Amino acid sequence: MSTASETRVRNKALRGNSTSGAGKPGRSGRERQPWLPWVFLAPTIVGMGIFTLLPIIASVALAFFRWDIISAPSFVGFDNFAEVVQDPTVRMSFLNTILFVVVAVALQLGLALGLAIMVQEKLPAWLRVFFRSAFFFPLILSAASVSIFMRYLFNEQFGVVNWLLSLVGIPAVPWLTTPGGSAAVVILVYVWQNFGFSFLLFIGGLASIPVETYEAASLDGATGWRKHVHVTLPLLSPTTLVASVMAIINALQVFDQPFVLTRGGPGDSTRTAVMVIFESAFQRLEFGQASAIGVILTLIIMAITAAQFRLSKRFVFYQ
Amino acid sequence: MTTTIKRTAAERVVVHRRKFDWSVAGRIVLLSLAAVLVLGPVLWTLSTSLRPPAESFQLPPSFLPLNPDFVSYGQVFKQLNIVGLVLNSALVTGLIAVGQMITAALAGYAFANLRFRGRNALFSIVLATMMVPAQVTIVPVFMLIRGVGLSDTLMALILPAIPTAFGTFLMRQYFLGLPADLAEAAAIDGASPWRTFRSVYAPLAMPGLSIVGILAFNFHWNEFFRPLIMTISEENFTLPLGLVSLQGNLGTGSISVVLAGVVLSMIPALVVFMFGQRALRDGLTAGTGK
Repeated sequence: MSTASETRVRNKALRGNSTSGAGKPGRSGRERQPWLPWVFLAPTIVGMGIFTLLPIIASVALAFFRWDIISAPSFVGFDNFAEVVQDPTVRMSFLNTILFVVVAVALQLGLALGLAIMVQEKLPAWLRVFFRSAFFFPLILSAASVSIFMRYLFNEQFGVVNWLLSLVGIPAVPWLTTPGGSAAVVILVYVWQNFGFSFLLFIGGLASIPVETYEAASLDGATGWRKHVHVTLPLLSPTTLVASVMAIINALQVFDQPFVLTRGGPGDSTRTAVMVIFESAFQRLEFGQASAIGVILTLIIMAITAAQFRLSKRFVFYQ
Repeated sequence: MTTTIKRTAAERVVVHRRKFDWSVAGRIVLLSLAAVLVLGPVLWTLSTSLRPPAESFQLPPSFLPLNPDFVSYGQVFKQLNIVGLVLNSALVTGLIAVGQMITAALAGYAFANLRFRGRNALFSIVLATMMVPAQVTIVPVFMLIRGVGLSDTLMALILPAIPTAFGTFLMRQYFLGLPADLAEAAAIDGASPWRTFRSVYAPLAMPGLSIVGILAFNFHWNEFFRPLIMTISEENFTLPLGLVSLQGNLGTGSISVVLAGVVLSMIPALVVFMFGQRALRDGLTAGTGK
């Protein structure tokens, strides 16, 4: 039923599409109203310019100034960076953050992968749905609320955790009053809430592994865990890369849990990088130093992301 | 490999039906243990909030609310301006969600369906901003908000959160997935580009928009860091901030009251979980190459 002109329009549109790559034909926008796309984009572009791009630039610039909001800012060169790097609290907090990332991410990914493999194998359908929902559930809660009730659960005298341990004869653990105990609680609470995200990613990755590979492995005599070591892990490596990049980036920014659970203490034992940004800016009004710490944290995040994608070229197996 | 249809992990069952039945039982035990560890603390929270305040620290703990007692819920309304907190949280979260849906739909549509100079470069910039953590830009954002006289207002929380790189990315993907013929048909019928968007594409994009909305709701309802910085007076606190300050005020006095507040704050998240779990899962894993 299509007329000649319609066909011409469509052909033209299709040609436009193939040369532009990702786009679809929207020629009218270009020919008659060249300003139209900018009307659509304005709220996002203006908003992001004001609330994201400008602050990024300002944040870098501010790192070279001393400013307490009250008096005029003064240029101090690299002084903020020098002070921050020598500050024992800042150094401790970065060390804490790195240790936290290593342990929490390893636990999170290990737990998520193990549970994802178990859920995806033979299981009654309703149980699979139940377990998936259960592991996903903590993601919808607020980290602050979770930390509130977890603080009670880990209370040394009255907490449920120590009560459970006492049932098997383990004496009360001073969870929130010792450096080691506090670090353990922050890690456990964080992993409790976040492993479900990696779990979701692994479920998606596992579902895309063709079953033939497992059949071939079975024919070759691979069983049980060997099957997973030699088939699942290599085929899952693209997912593992994405999951680990996202887990590391998120863990580097940990704030809510240590803030509510321990306020960084005892001493500086659970203070994290974002906590010192918060404290130097909004408690000590050293905005320049806070920005310097922020710039360092961003550089670390970018370096880790770049390193992971470089490593992936060597170790990730793409089908 | 290329000619056979890929079967998913779920269908793997058939292969091992006879051999590994014992291992199924073992797996169910391990998975159940994990589920108990995940759900146990939440059940304890619910159950303890339903104990009389005097018994809240009593051991053995209670995991099932057999004799529910609602005294703590009455207390939480007395000790905390919970109605105000809920209204603040609802207003902030609601306006951010609606604002993100509108701006992301517009920008996503432009990046997907309209053609203009610098489109790809601009889209790359939008994506790149996702890499910079919000905690790093918070100082300049705080100063900007202060500079325009919005500090310690709900607007300080709402405005900066409306432009969304992730939502724009999500909506662009969604619009790219809709058939291109619709735009042509609409153009032939004489519809303006705005009409085409408003009456043809936007209604079809509702599922994608609901993902943006649900993600925004879940994130900002639970948000703690920005409200902690941007609000000073208690009448501008949001729920998580109010609850943390309640715990701080009470020390370890009557935990059932604090937990009653925690349970109340979870209700909207639970509703989202029950009705929007699918959308939430899709949104969280979008863009990870799933």
